[in-house]
Amino acid sequence: MTMLIYLIPIALLMGGLGLAAFIWSVRSGQFDDLDGAAYRILTDDDDEKP
Amino acid sequence: MSAIAADDIRGCPSRLEPASDAPVADPTPFVKRTDDGQSRLDLSVFGAKCGGCISKIEGALNALPGVTLARLNLSTGKLVVEWKDATSRPIDIVRAVTEAGYRATPFDPVAQAADSDAEGRFLLRCLAVAGFAMANIMLLSVAVWSAQDGEMGPATQKLMHWISAMIALPAAAFAGRPFFRSAFNALKARHANMDVPISLAVILALGVSLFETTSHGGHTYFDAAVMLLFFLLIGRFLEHRLRSRARAAAQDLLALQATTANRMRSDGTLEVVASGDIVPGDRLVLWPGDRAPVNGDIVEGSSAFDISLVTGESAPVTKKEGDALFAGVVNQSNRILMRANATSDTSLVADLARLIEAGEQSKSGYIRIADRAASLYVPVVHSLALATFIGWLAVGAGGYTAITNAIAVLIITCPCALGLAAPAVQVVATGALFKRGILVKSGDALERLAKVDSIVFDKTGTLTHGRFQLTNRDEVDNETLRRAALLTRSSRHPLARAVTDIAGAGEVADDVRETPGCGIEAVLDGTRARFGRGEWLGIDHESGDDESEAWFQFGQQPPVRFVFSDQLRDDARGTIAALRQRGLSVEMLSGDRVGPARRIARAAGFDRWTAKLSPGDKMDRLAVLKKQGHVVAMVGDGLNDAPSLAGAHASLSPGNAADASQAAADFVYQGDGLAPIVAAYDVSKQARRRIIENFSFAALYNAIAIPLAVFGFVTPLIAALAMSGSSVIVTLNALRLRGSTEVETLR
Repeated sequence: MTMLIYLIPIALLMGGLGLAAFIWSVRSGQFDDLDGAAYRILTDDDDEKP
Repeated sequence: MSAIAADDIRGCPSRLEPASDAPVADPTPFVKRTDDGQSRLDLSVFGAKCGGCISKIEGALNALPGVTLARLNLSTGKLVVEWKDATSRPIDIVRAVTEAGYRATPFDPVAQAADSDAEGRFLLRCLAVAGFAMANIMLLSVAVWSAQDGEMGPATQKLMHWISAMIALPAAAFAGRPFFRSAFNALKARHANMDVPISLAVILALGVSLFETTSHGGHTYFDAAVMLLFFLLIGRFLEHRLRSRARAAAQDLLALQATTANRMRSDGTLEVVASGDIVPGDRLVLWPGDRAPVNGDIVEGSSAFDISLVTGESAPVTKKEGDALFAGVVNQSNRILMRANATSDTSLVADLARLIEAGEQSKSGYIRIADRAASLYVPVVHSLALATFIGWLAVGAGGYTAITNAIAVLIITCPCALGLAAPAVQVVATGALFKRGILVKSGDALERLAKVDSIVFDKTGTLTHGRFQLTNRDEVDNETLRRAALLTRSSRHPLARAVTDIAGAGEVADDVRETPGCGIEAVLDGTRARFGRGEWLGIDHESGDDESEAWFQFGQQPPVRFVFSDQLRDDARGTIAALRQRGLSVEMLSGDRVGPARRIARAAGFDRWTAKLSPGDKMDRLAVLKKQGHVVAMVGDGLNDAPSLAGAHASLSPGNAADASQAAADFVYQGDGLAPIVAAYDVSKQARRRIIENFSFAALYNAIAIPLAVFGFVTPLIAALAMSGSSVIVTLNALRLRGSTEVETLR
């Protein structure tokens, strides 16, 4: 029973962190171009060509 | 890896859209300054469809000197470019995009809502909070439900309830805003919409639960209230995403108007201005390829013009000094000077935009199935809740029992399934159509197309390819073709282009002179060569249509005849037959002459067709059909078809149509054939069936659940199960759509 006193707030805190992260990502525009984001991971622009 | 690198292909590397040949407009008037002193340009890009397009466009721009940011939003087609001042010229930026094979027009973000989707972000935030609250309250609720038989002491239960209350109340206040606002506005206007019972259910559920928590334990409905908000917000967000596509298309029409023009100052120098800044009396220069930005008259020069805006046919017409020009006509051969006699606001393009808007207004009067269900739902459910309350009081139970049972009725009738019934189906249907290259502009477009009983087709560009093709290739020997192409590669005339298409890329003769309305000539290896109309070459030949025929003469050799026609699309006949098979009546309306119209109508299999119609005549015909009680869909592509497309009950437009038509149409289909029209119709009919099934299921479920609630059998566990169960079933039913549509090949 005493465990509940600190387990529940911990669970809520972790959930709250997830929520804050999601809201930050929406605010920074990461959800504005869902189609483009899906394709950008496939572009080969980080390897220098020999 | 492959023989042809993506860089060699102009336009989309995945071939999802043909490359564009549009001329480059100088965007200087639209360049803005950023806060850190750089120049910024917002462009609307057409033709970018795949990931390869992103790397191509951004790669081309990043290669220019001084560019610090180049970002393309694939979902909206908006490109943002920032660069250090004076290192690159704005026109080079646009040229880099155009040379990659995409059309780019500047657009003014101030003229539009904002380039970030504020409403969508707001809904996502509400959704996130509701989801967080639902998940965490469920954590506590499941514990309470599973310990019903006395494992959990009253003190622990009370703790669970209190923590649930502390999560639920602020979360519902935050996440319920879209519904509370909408319900409040509706009530202020003295009518009820779906959001009124939703808001009522949420507020009452929270109120009762709070009361239970503070008084003596018992049932709390915090999880049901928050779950309701979560599922409904999913539906709202999906609807919003769907509608933002329609909004983007209308904004692209504005982009068409945000063009630039070359104005001649009094000292004879040229300046680039935005079309909106032109005043009557301004002198404007039109180079070949330019579109007239406003109505005016020619003051100097003569040239051939593409007046498809007015007639729908791209056969050029010669205009000389003193002739009037309409905004939107394209100059094809020579530089001319014109004087504006109107502003861009009163131009023909603006008039068309207004007509389109009027058509859209009439369409927004269409009552969607969801709204019909809502108008039925609201009074029935509220009366039942009231009857329950009064009933229990009459039987002698206390006020407390009466209220909780009445609220249980409100909660269990679950606007959840109703809120998801239509959006779930619409999302699956539009996704299925998108895979086939058909863009759906709005959710109710599917419902409207499912109800049509007749389809009206435009001819040129819709049933036919819309460009001239050489039909007597076997009568023209290779050497003649080669020589003719040396001349035709320099001209924009549609017949010349048709010859260039067959001959392919190659050299152009030096010093080609074009006489508008007559032909082109040049000197090849010391001999005079001419390509053009028979009369101009002095040939006395009886032919049916001199616009579809041209002659080539090399020196004194006998002239060779080139015959052109606008060919019917390959699957046109099959498509018309398939539509007839589905019980639709089909008709063709054309602005062209009787001869070509008759030929195409016969080949495609129409038994009703009319020729020589103006855009106004087409709209009149649609009105007549409507009065006869028909529900009409229209398929068209020209700028002049746009008002008819907006006014029809449902409309479709090919992907290479004029921007205004694409903006006005409900469906835009890609590719060379007409088969997508049948696919769109089939999917729409299925979608309508699914939506009705979903609403029927919701009604059935309510019929079972309401008696349970009225008689007091509903506990929070049952409420939560009912809510999630009904939402899941509605979504699964919507997914049935994806698996059951087949595409047939139509020949």
